[in-house]
Amino acid sequence: MKDNELSNILSQYDSKEQIDGQLYTLNLGPTHPATHGIFQNILTMDGERILHSEQTVGYIHRAFEKISERRNFAQITTLTDRMNYCSAPINNIGWHMTVEKLIGCEVPKRVDYMRIIMMELARIADHLVCNGVIGVDTGALTGFTYVFQDRERIYEMYEQICGARMTTNMGRIGGFERDFTPKFHELIKDFIKNFPKRFEEFCILLERNRIFMDRTIGAGPISAERALSYSFTGPNLRAAGVDYDVRVAQPYSSYDDFDFIIPIGTAGDTYDRFMVRQQEILESYKLIKNAYENLPEGAFHADVPDFYLPEKADVYTKMEALIYHFKIVMGETEIPKGEVYHCVEGGNGELGFYLVSDGGRSPYRLHFRRPCFIYYQAFPEMIQGSMISDAVVTMSSMNVIAGELDA
Amino acid sequence: MTNEFVLEAIQREFSDSVISHSEPYGFLTLEIKKEDIKKIIHYLKDSSLEINFLTDICGIHFPENKEKEVGVIYHLHNMMTNFRIRLKTFMPIENTEVDTITDLFAGANWMERETYDFFGINFKGHPDLRIILNDPDLGYHPMLKEYRLEDGTRTDKDDKMFGR
Repeated sequence: MKDNELSNILSQYDSKEQIDGQLYTLNLGPTHPATHGIFQNILTMDGERILHSEQTVGYIHRAFEKISERRNFAQITTLTDRMNYCSAPINNIGWHMTVEKLIGCEVPKRVDYMRIIMMELARIADHLVCNGVIGVDTGALTGFTYVFQDRERIYEMYEQICGARMTTNMGRIGGFERDFTPKFHELIKDFIKNFPKRFEEFCILLERNRIFMDRTIGAGPISAERALSYSFTGPNLRAAGVDYDVRVAQPYSSYDDFDFIIPIGTAGDTYDRFMVRQQEILESYKLIKNAYENLPEGAFHADVPDFYLPEKADVYTKMEALIYHFKIVMGETEIPKGEVYHCVEGGNGELGFYLVSDGGRSPYRLHFRRPCFIYYQAFPEMIQGSMISDAVVTMSSMNVIAGELDA
Repeated sequence: MTNEFVLEAIQREFSDSVISHSEPYGFLTLEIKKEDIKKIIHYLKDSSLEINFLTDICGIHFPENKEKEVGVIYHLHNMMTNFRIRLKTFMPIENTEVDTITDLFAGANWMERETYDFFGINFKGHPDLRIILNDPDLGYHPMLKEYRLEDGTRTDKDDKMFGR
């Protein structure tokens, strides 16, 4: 991108030596308030213009793939929510669905709908943080404080489901650990009633704000063709104009029961990425509303005694429940051999799980397709020739999450 | 597009390259000769099959499969018809060289670096094949099965009951 602009800069210098004397190197990161995570960018600068950048990643690599080769299937859930910690329930539920695919488990309709509600709440929380942070990086701190109120409300709902807020470990293989609690119903009814009004305030602050638009339009663009070549997925790909969404292309968890729009952009720049996420928040809200209003009655977990822990009261009184409890905790469950690839639409794009099972208690090989890791490599190309302040907003609008990148 | 249709097209075009094929959970999976993997990916990308989106690259290690210890697994995708295909290629651990596909897909760069980092697979022609996630001074490729998760010299943990 901006190749002629770059060659214009370079043509101002007579020789290579003069360029070397004029340019300087700047370390953006590893810890820098604008990177929102631990990444290092070694920038070669001409004044305030970036000529070249090189990235170092892996600062919080925790070897999840290696660890999961020693853990049983239920214990891997806690690893997945430490990847994209802004939308942990999507990762948890995506992993559960991968295992369900491997063992051939059908879940009740109610579980599907409950999962949609939780995953879309997570998507809203993820996008709210990302868009709030774009505001912060352009100097508008107010919007950030607005959206964090709703993120807090969503985290309170997580607490009702699983007791945790950030690293949720939500759900079980086959469904949920408990049904929606009365407090959850209260919270989500309030959310459905009041969220659009509150979100509107945030939209008014930024969407048509002249300063914000001047700062973000044209910053860090990528064409659809390059985005596809870089294997972009999720909002970043849709901002470039490709309407690919796993929820529609390959519906899972009864997403095909609902009608929703995939927003797309045209230029693939920071403003488009921001607007795509804004629209996705509204679509997710619609999905939550529909799923909650049509929530079917029934069981909140599938009948898979080999994987789903029995009620504690039953464990103490019934022999079968005790046997299953023992087998699950000790990891003695029969697991079919096979390999599956399952993907869900995560906060950042196609989150894939490639699982190879040899019949042992833990996966033989588990590979996470982390959208962040894949699209962050396009960052140098996107910021080449632009100002350093554009690089900062580009990075926050790509929603690069260190935990997911480094896994 | 069906699995049979794509399989037939590949077998017609490259009759000697496909070693085996299967459909675990309905996902077309082909094992390809190492020399031909790039040719086939290029064909899938540019032919009318239009399987032109690289979803993922990862490695795998089977210490028991002699002469075929380590493998590279490619997931490719045709977004228009939502058709996915998985290609595998295996090689002996002494000679882990396979052609890079960075010139076909820009996104393959880091995926191949990750695979090199974890499994030591040398992607021939890769522009910048360095360790990416681990410590550059680590000195070995930790996802190979001979490396234990924890330091083997530890004595404070006894795993003989619950080990794999």
